[in-house]
Amino acid sequence: MPIKVENLSKIFGKKTKEATRLLDEGYSKEEVLEKTGCTVGVNRATFEVEEGEIFVIMGLSGSGKSTLVRLLNRLIEPTEGSVEIDGQNLATMNKENLREIRRTKMSMVFQKFALFPFRTVLDNAEFGLEVQGIEKEERTQKAKEALDLVGLGGYANQYPSQLSGGMQQRVGLARALTNDPEVLLMDEAFSALDPLIRKDMQDELLDLQETMKKTIVFITHDLDEALRIGDRIALMKDGSIVQVGTPEEILINPANDYVEKFVEDVDRSKVLTADKIMKRPETVDYDKHGPRVALERMREQGLSSIFVTDRSRNLKGYVTAEDARKAREEGVSQLSSIMKDDMPTVDLDTSIQDIFNVIHDAPVPVVVTEDGKLRGVIVRGAVIAALADGNEVNGDGA
Amino acid sequence: MVLDNIPYIPVADGVDWFVDKITDWFSFVFDPIKDGFGWLLDNSADYLAMVPPIFIIILVAILAFFLSGKKFGLAAFTIVGLIFVQNQGLWEELMFTFTLVFYASLISVLVGIPVGILMSKSKLAESIITPVLDFMQTMPAFVYLIPAVAFFGIGMVPGVFASFIFATPPVVRFTNLGIRQVSKELVEASDAFGATGNQKLFKVELPMAKRTIMAGVNQTVMLSLSMVVIASMIGAPGLGREVLSALQRADAGPGFVAGFGIVILAIIIDRFTQNLNKEK
Repeated sequence: MPIKVENLSKIFGKKTKEATRLLDEGYSKEEVLEKTGCTVGVNRATFEVEEGEIFVIMGLSGSGKSTLVRLLNRLIEPTEGSVEIDGQNLATMNKENLREIRRTKMSMVFQKFALFPFRTVLDNAEFGLEVQGIEKEERTQKAKEALDLVGLGGYANQYPSQLSGGMQQRVGLARALTNDPEVLLMDEAFSALDPLIRKDMQDELLDLQETMKKTIVFITHDLDEALRIGDRIALMKDGSIVQVGTPEEILINPANDYVEKFVEDVDRSKVLTADKIMKRPETVDYDKHGPRVALERMREQGLSSIFVTDRSRNLKGYVTAEDARKAREEGVSQLSSIMKDDMPTVDLDTSIQDIFNVIHDAPVPVVVTEDGKLRGVIVRGAVIAALADGNEVNGDGA
Repeated sequence: MVLDNIPYIPVADGVDWFVDKITDWFSFVFDPIKDGFGWLLDNSADYLAMVPPIFIIILVAILAFFLSGKKFGLAAFTIVGLIFVQNQGLWEELMFTFTLVFYASLISVLVGIPVGILMSKSKLAESIITPVLDFMQTMPAFVYLIPAVAFFGIGMVPGVFASFIFATPPVVRFTNLGIRQVSKELVEASDAFGATGNQKLFKVELPMAKRTIMAGVNQTVMLSLSMVVIASMIGAPGLGREVLSALQRADAGPGFVAGFGIVILAIIIDRFTQNLNKEK
């Protein structure tokens, strides 16, 4: 059990005792601030990080996650509680022991990289070993190995300012890995990178983790990132941990309204909606066309049914190929007599999850409408493809 | 009147008494400093004055050329300026002034940087030292000459002392500022990797603060130059003494020439210290 955190609190301000007492009595963060002038950074966090897992601590800004990670290596002095690493309590140990832990057992990667601008990439990577007083030759060799690991072997003699953001953070990662620590603390390590690079870095971290098997505590405000890389996720709000669980547990079983809302919010914005997967519908005109035209169009496109609209594309219903053939044989010229209107309809912003429920037993493709006007249709294949892929699917090509 | 009822407070007498006592009590410190340091200053200036000017001019010009990134501007100015001073018969005075500035700034920097570091590390130190620095900088510079004479007599040593008091504050302030400006993440990074306080200072904070500190050093050097000129009033030799004696004789010509010599020295020193601070 590499990290065991119990009742860990950080209260900023002078009257910490009183603030602690008020928290014990169940007052909220705001009330404590009002009554004592103290800011609750972290409020009695208790959790355990298993060996070799990526433990994500996630929360919005101001939720205390950055404070919490700094309590883990005591960059911030805890007000209360304990942090046990390999059975040693970091929160109470003396400066020398703390330094020893920081040097050998845990390294940190920073949001804004925190590289030393006057040192080369190699010298940056060597920093951790340099402060331990390791011989130049040995530390250079280890730093080079770490740089190779993150794919920056060829940049050893450059300065950080000569590298892109993504590369700089690789140096940050290499610097942390050079020490060969048991625990990696990553404070919003990828948040300053643009989305594409961020995704690359996430992939790379997961690849590295396959072989390294470090214990990683990863801080993020991005639920997508948390779900992507986390073995387990701790959700924070107002300094407290509201839920700890695997990504599935958090999505399926949100512990409370806050988590639910969080997950929902993310879903609403991220998950695919109808307009992303619909395709252009084949239609016939209610006023102009009869069964003959409808049948012809269905034959051309290889469809078994076709939608009927009026001149301004208001959806009227649909006719099936079978009905149209019968009507033609019987000499019926109006579509109205064979038209059906039991097709399922959804809106442009209906999520795939909901579409999946209605498409299951619909006789015809799901229709997407906006103010009664036909905008597109969704076939079963497109939904399944989108669910399977998890990526955006372009309806026109589906 | 109410105010007239407050008895006169003998501050001036108190300061007199204090200076007298300090002079008495610490004469065992001041006297050796006066003798030893006076000997060092005299000898340095004398030896410097013995070197043929042409050697010094060439050496300084070469330094200027390389310091300014292999450009000819500063080197050319140095050559013309120094030849002018030599031509006006002020070479020896220039050497004396330079010696004074050199030692005065050296002491200011050697004391100032550690004090600045202390200030940056401790809020208490900062709150005590800041008003002292304000006092040192705003008190008219002439005032320091008086106790300087009491402690060290007349000559170069009291000049260096007065200059030290007057010129040290900038390097202290800039050192403090430079270290406090080091980004929090870099400080956290060095802590997180288990650097000791000294390692953090020498491997991260001072290198990061270097440019700010050098700007402070530049200020300090320029202030000591201005002070060693004033120090001519208590018998410090050099270009300042020429200005002073021209003033006493209301002799505009020699006064201007000596003043011009000071300007040349000031520009050379300023550009040298600034170029030291430029990124290579």
